[in-house]
Amino acid sequence: MDFGLTDDQRDIKRTARELLGERSRPERVRELAETGRTDEALWRELSDLGWPGIAVAEEHGGLGLGCLELTILCEELGRALAAVPFLPTTMAAGLIELAGSPRQRERWLPGFARGELTGALAAAEDGGAELVIGGADADVIVLVYEDRTARALTPAECELVPIASIDPTRSAARVSASLDAGEELADDVAGGVDRALVAISSELVGVCDRALELTLAYVKERRQFGVPVGSFQAVSHRCAQMLLDTEKARANTAFAAWAADADPERLAEAAAMAKAAASDAGREVTASAIQAHGGIGFTWEADVHWLYKRAQLDAALLGSAARQRARVATILTERAARLAVPQLQ
Amino acid sequence: MDLTFSEQETSFRDELRDWLAENPPVPRPVEGGEDAQLAWRRDWQRRLYEGGWAAPHWPVEYGGRGATPTESAIYFEEIGRARVPMAANILGLLLGGPTLMAWGTPEQKERYLEPILSAEEIWCQGFSEPDAGSDLASLKTRAVKRGEEWVVSGQKVWTSAAQHAKWCMLVARTDVDAEKHKGLTYFLMDMEQDAVQVRPLRQITGEAEFNELFIEEATIPDANVVGGAGNGWKVALTTLMNERAGLGFALQIRLRQLLDDLIAIAAERGLMADPLHADSLAELHVRCESIRLLAWKGLTDVERYGQPGPEGSLVKWLWSETNQRLTQLAVDIVGPEAMTGGTSWSYELRRARGNTIEGGTTEVLKNIVAERVLGLPRLKAAA
Repeated sequence: MDFGLTDDQRDIKRTARELLGERSRPERVRELAETGRTDEALWRELSDLGWPGIAVAEEHGGLGLGCLELTILCEELGRALAAVPFLPTTMAAGLIELAGSPRQRERWLPGFARGELTGALAAAEDGGAELVIGGADADVIVLVYEDRTARALTPAECELVPIASIDPTRSAARVSASLDAGEELADDVAGGVDRALVAISSELVGVCDRALELTLAYVKERRQFGVPVGSFQAVSHRCAQMLLDTEKARANTAFAAWAADADPERLAEAAAMAKAAASDAGREVTASAIQAHGGIGFTWEADVHWLYKRAQLDAALLGSAARQRARVATILTERAARLAVPQLQ
Repeated sequence: MDLTFSEQETSFRDELRDWLAENPPVPRPVEGGEDAQLAWRRDWQRRLYEGGWAAPHWPVEYGGRGATPTESAIYFEEIGRARVPMAANILGLLLGGPTLMAWGTPEQKERYLEPILSAEEIWCQGFSEPDAGSDLASLKTRAVKRGEEWVVSGQKVWTSAAQHAKWCMLVARTDVDAEKHKGLTYFLMDMEQDAVQVRPLRQITGEAEFNELFIEEATIPDANVVGGAGNGWKVALTTLMNERAGLGFALQIRLRQLLDDLIAIAAERGLMADPLHADSLAELHVRCESIRLLAWKGLTDVERYGQPGPEGSLVKWLWSETNQRLTQLAVDIVGPEAMTGGTSWSYELRRARGNTIEGGTTEVLKNIVAERVLGLPRLKAAA
């Protein structure tokens, strides 16, 4: 048993933290969010470093690393609220890699790996998805249906209306298409969706981590009644709860990422648990961050609201905590039924 | 990251499982009251001892197996899974022994360790007092040196196993002029003297796991000071640090079993089709798995980096709240049976109510997390 990162993984994390600390400073994120632009310079730089292809197989031009390495980058990009289409692109690439035919993989993966193509992935109903993160500028949109079928569409193959979501650090669109538009992705859609859930969960862990960091700095500094407000237990116990929620989400996400790479049989349950824990944590922790900042936290000027908004979209993406728990309950019910059957000696 | 067990760890688990399968405890006695229960637990520990399984986490030289922290955690998981009786001298095995190994003189180790292991002598822990609970260092029990012995007077509370114990790990104030953490001394007090009176404390389950100790001029030879006079706080911290180290893994497995039982009942009654119950049970499953992951993560951090991460303080907090939630939900799922005296669910419900208080209240755990993990300033308490 070892939850630690390897030296290489720690290097990835440190490099990402340093780079994004420079490039994706709060004032830069704010500037992009207020003008509704993605950070093209940063996306080019990340693409040159091979980030979008980190988990894409080498034969398709990626770095061929695992889900664990992907989640390290997602977490750091979430922490930094980077205004790049990394999460939607890697989710789409991951699904095409698992569910696409050799021809489909060859068609799209090299472009994704180089960052020349961007993607989006969303849950769809009747050919439509109301809110597709990254959808406004995606080259490929993957729609996943409740019955675990999926289709890949180009913007030409669907109707795509850009919309302003509450999180302006990423583009969004409403997408509709006929049910037979684009190409079907026929192989392991469920596995691709589960990996996407793990990626979203890790971004949420990064968002929570940053929200707690900003909050701690604020409540240590801000004084009322002659003392830092962080010395009041009503505030400090809320911060402790933020840590517990974050660490729960982190542990479950780490387990799910490990399962994706090393024990895929356990991925479905692990991914649902990770997304449930991370979605709840994302909502609670970022809401607590605003609360602990008091009035200033509710202003546009403070930075915590960007985290709150990112968390809201991620928490809902591909199924809320309640939806994930419903999946977990189904798995538990099946397990209970198996155990209830008398075993032959 | 590698969330599997090594070959050595797996064979450790297999060896223990085989041993437990071949050496099942005799059934719990239904008659004979508390004495019979104690004899049953004593007999079980004696068998563990003879099989070399009483305290695998102890070093080989003291009769253990020198198990690694991971193997020790596996041990407690398996002990929990096998639903065997609690060893009669669990406090000696978990707390007393390791404290003596860290602070005891060679003579003390020679004298006390073996009888701890075999359950020949049972230990209890005299730390808390009526006015010193969370604020332990404010304790008032006094010990005064007279010649070669100490004379002790005061009161202790929440003392588990005191009615059976031969030895008490007692912390008393030996210097009233020193600063509150510095005037304390750690003693081994012989419980078999008239100056020590034990009164059981009946709890909301109806049973008495804990006791009050009334100490009136009890005597302790100077040779029974552990770690030196005035050094009691540091020695006590060693005891406290061991408090949940292993037992947490057994509790975590107990919680898992209880949840599996509840899910089986819900499934049998068709309640998994009810979205409200399904959601609650799935949430409990996520929490239960989180506890397992956080406990293992904390342990592997200690093995890898030599110090625990934030998980240590979070596990007990999350476990206690989850056990309460689970037993509360059981009332809804199981129905009146869970509110009827004498049933196991009604016992679990009432017993769980104490989980967020015993071994550090949730409020104190949150203070610890806020101050030591998050570095938040402490609100100045009244002196």
